Amino acid sequence: MYPIVKRRDLTSGIVLLEVQAPEVAAKAQPGQFVIVRSDDKGERIPLTIADFNRETGTITIVIQDVGYSSKMINTLGEGDAFLDFVGPLGLATDIEKYGRVVCVAGGVGAAPIYPIARALQQAGNEVITIIGSRCKDLLILDEEMAEVCDQVVIATNDGSVGVKGFVTDALDGIIKQYDGKIDHIWAIGPMIMMKAVVEFTRPLGIKTVVSLNPIMVDGTGMCGACRVSVGGETKFACVDGPEFDGHLVDFDLAMRRLTYFKDEEKRASARDNCGGGCGCH
Amino acid sequence: MSLNKVSRQAMPCQDPKSRATNFTEVATGYSEEQALLEASRCLQCKKPLCRQGCPVEVLIPDFIKLISEKDYMGAARKLKEKNNLPAVCGRVCPQESQCESKCILGIKSDPVAIGRLERFASDYEIAHGCCEQEKAPATGKKVAIIGGGPAGLTCAADLAKLGHAVTIFEALHVAGGVLMYGIPEFRLPKGVVQTEIDNLKRLGVEVKTNMVVGKATSVDELMEQDGYDAAFIGTGAGLPYFMNIPGENLLGVYSANEFLTRSNLMKAYQFPDHVTPIRIGKRVAVLGAGNVAMDASRTALRLGAEESIIVYRRSREEMPARHEELEHAEEEGVKFQLLTNPIEIIGDENGVVKGMKCLRYELGEPDASGRRSPVAIPGSEFILDVDTVVVAIGQGPNPLVTKSTPGLELNRKGNIVADDSMTTSKPGVFAGGDIVTGAATVILAMGAGKTAAKSIDAYLKTK
Repeated sequence: MYPIVKRRDLTSGIVLLEVQAPEVAAKAQPGQFVIVRSDDKGERIPLTIADFNRETGTITIVIQDVGYSSKMINTLGEGDAFLDFVGPLGLATDIEKYGRVVCVAGGVGAAPIYPIARALQQAGNEVITIIGSRCKDLLILDEEMAEVCDQVVIATNDGSVGVKGFVTDALDGIIKQYDGKIDHIWAIGPMIMMKAVVEFTRPLGIKTVVSLNPIMVDGTGMCGACRVSVGGETKFACVDGPEFDGHLVDFDLAMRRLTYFKDEEKRASARDNCGGGCGCH
Repeated sequence: MSLNKVSRQAMPCQDPKSRATNFTEVATGYSEEQALLEASRCLQCKKPLCRQGCPVEVLIPDFIKLISEKDYMGAARKLKEKNNLPAVCGRVCPQESQCESKCILGIKSDPVAIGRLERFASDYEIAHGCCEQEKAPATGKKVAIIGGGPAGLTCAADLAKLGHAVTIFEALHVAGGVLMYGIPEFRLPKGVVQTEIDNLKRLGVEVKTNMVVGKATSVDELMEQDGYDAAFIGTGAGLPYFMNIPGENLLGVYSANEFLTRSNLMKAYQFPDHVTPIRIGKRVAVLGAGNVAMDASRTALRLGAEESIIVYRRSREEMPARHEELEHAEEEGVKFQLLTNPIEIIGDENGVVKGMKCLRYELGEPDASGRRSPVAIPGSEFILDVDTVVVAIGQGPNPLVTKSTPGLELNRKGNIVADDSMTTSKPGVFAGGDIVTGAATVILAMGAGKTAAKSIDAYLKTK
């Protein structure tokens, strides 16, 4: 078992959990992910690592309650435990000194981008981070990010804080501010947001890496559920990724493949529309 | 002896129509009466040829004699002297091409049903409480087993019996490998596999699940930092092959590994009680004709497909599946579209499979495998109307362990190079099973695990 040692509710529907998993924490690198299972009947859920602490042997994950299983996980608290917690999986982010870099986070994507931004800063880069959310209340990890970045720019759809608009609007401002002199970009968030960022940077020729989170089962290259098309070639996101050159990713395919089990998702949720965990069924 | 008086006892099975709708085991096992009749057929040869056909050299006439003496626990114990997973082997071994193919009775009549008797004795043991196994005093040596499939489990058991401290490192959340994720419940109940694994634990074998060697640790780390004196790599054939034809990333195309893992390991057939989903259409095409393809096509029927079709480019004679599996599939209503190969999977406007463009084939000259090679018939293109495709054309070696182990010689396909004693190019590191041979059978992997255990024991004595 992998005990949850800390729970923090970041905002409505988004929870941060710190989990005791010393063997994972010993090896975790920015950009990698874990697969978790809450109970014996649960799905194996891939989650990108939001932080790791080698001394305490803990891994931090951040979960948004978007589906049946994530809703279940978000009912867990300190004292509860994951039945399974495997990792670190996938390839680590290529951390080196690029110069001036921009990390673009959309929604819960701020969580996985946090250790990447920190590592980039430690490697001597000038790190500018853009965090986008629908509104001020849904913004997460902005304070933590400010501690490890040279500059943090907020973008909200309703303008309740920061730039009014999408992350691409904020990115446009940054690129203009530095006269196009941006050496590398990371974009992590919903597929549609990552697609918008790579379409924005494509004509500018700025290398843009994205982190894909497709449907997975084992996470070790065994099942191929996570296949994505990158530069016309089929790749397994679990072992060849999860990070890829965003300009080569077929986002339309990746978005379609995410929808395959939507009906089943509804059936699972409908089964206990009480929200689960109450023992009434 | 009663050579022609008693005929080979048929295996009782669930009725095909009803079983094609449930996941309960197809073959229900011999009754005591049947087992005794079948055991009476064994000639108790002085030089038993059957044993030569067994990769783990089970003491076949001896255990059958014990059955005929009604000492079923003794028979189980006799089996376990050589075979650590008899309840598994009794179900999934291709006996017809191994032990039973050598049986003298087979020359003039039917061979003794060795596999069915093996299953009978093992099931008796499981039902009546497991027999204690003898174990040598502790040697103080530590061995790491990478991969908890048939090769690793066998190697672990033999080494534990020899007094070594054994730890299995398993990537998934349960040990068993293909026995858990690949072979369906209706052919090999997972409870049977779990019982065999629990027996290993009682022998003192430690099983560490959720440990991906190559990520959370490495072979070098285990040996240099964690004090393991030797390692055995039995990571199997876990990398699914695809056809590399257009449309393979459409929604509704699964690798057999994904399809079977969802159903077997994650129990998607019990969705939504078990939360992992599986989606099945009305007409399912399974590409390939090996045992995995049969498992997938039969699983598809049980999940509710109206039609399940094996699509294979050669003819029936060339099919690599066991005869028994083929027969079971056919009885249950699986259809066979032979001498046919897909060239493209076609999707609808939402990117969901709606058909498969295929070519018809005829058989030409024998190829390197000795089988007549399939030749496409020009202009024979047609559309097979399907909405789900399962690709079951084989698996390769998963590179996670091999790539993270410097000094380990691999062949062109990425399999580990090991000699007859399962020794690799890296000192102290042994390997066996599908990771060495490419995808083969459970029993061959077990044989390799057994050989490796002998070699590791000899190696540890020199240290």
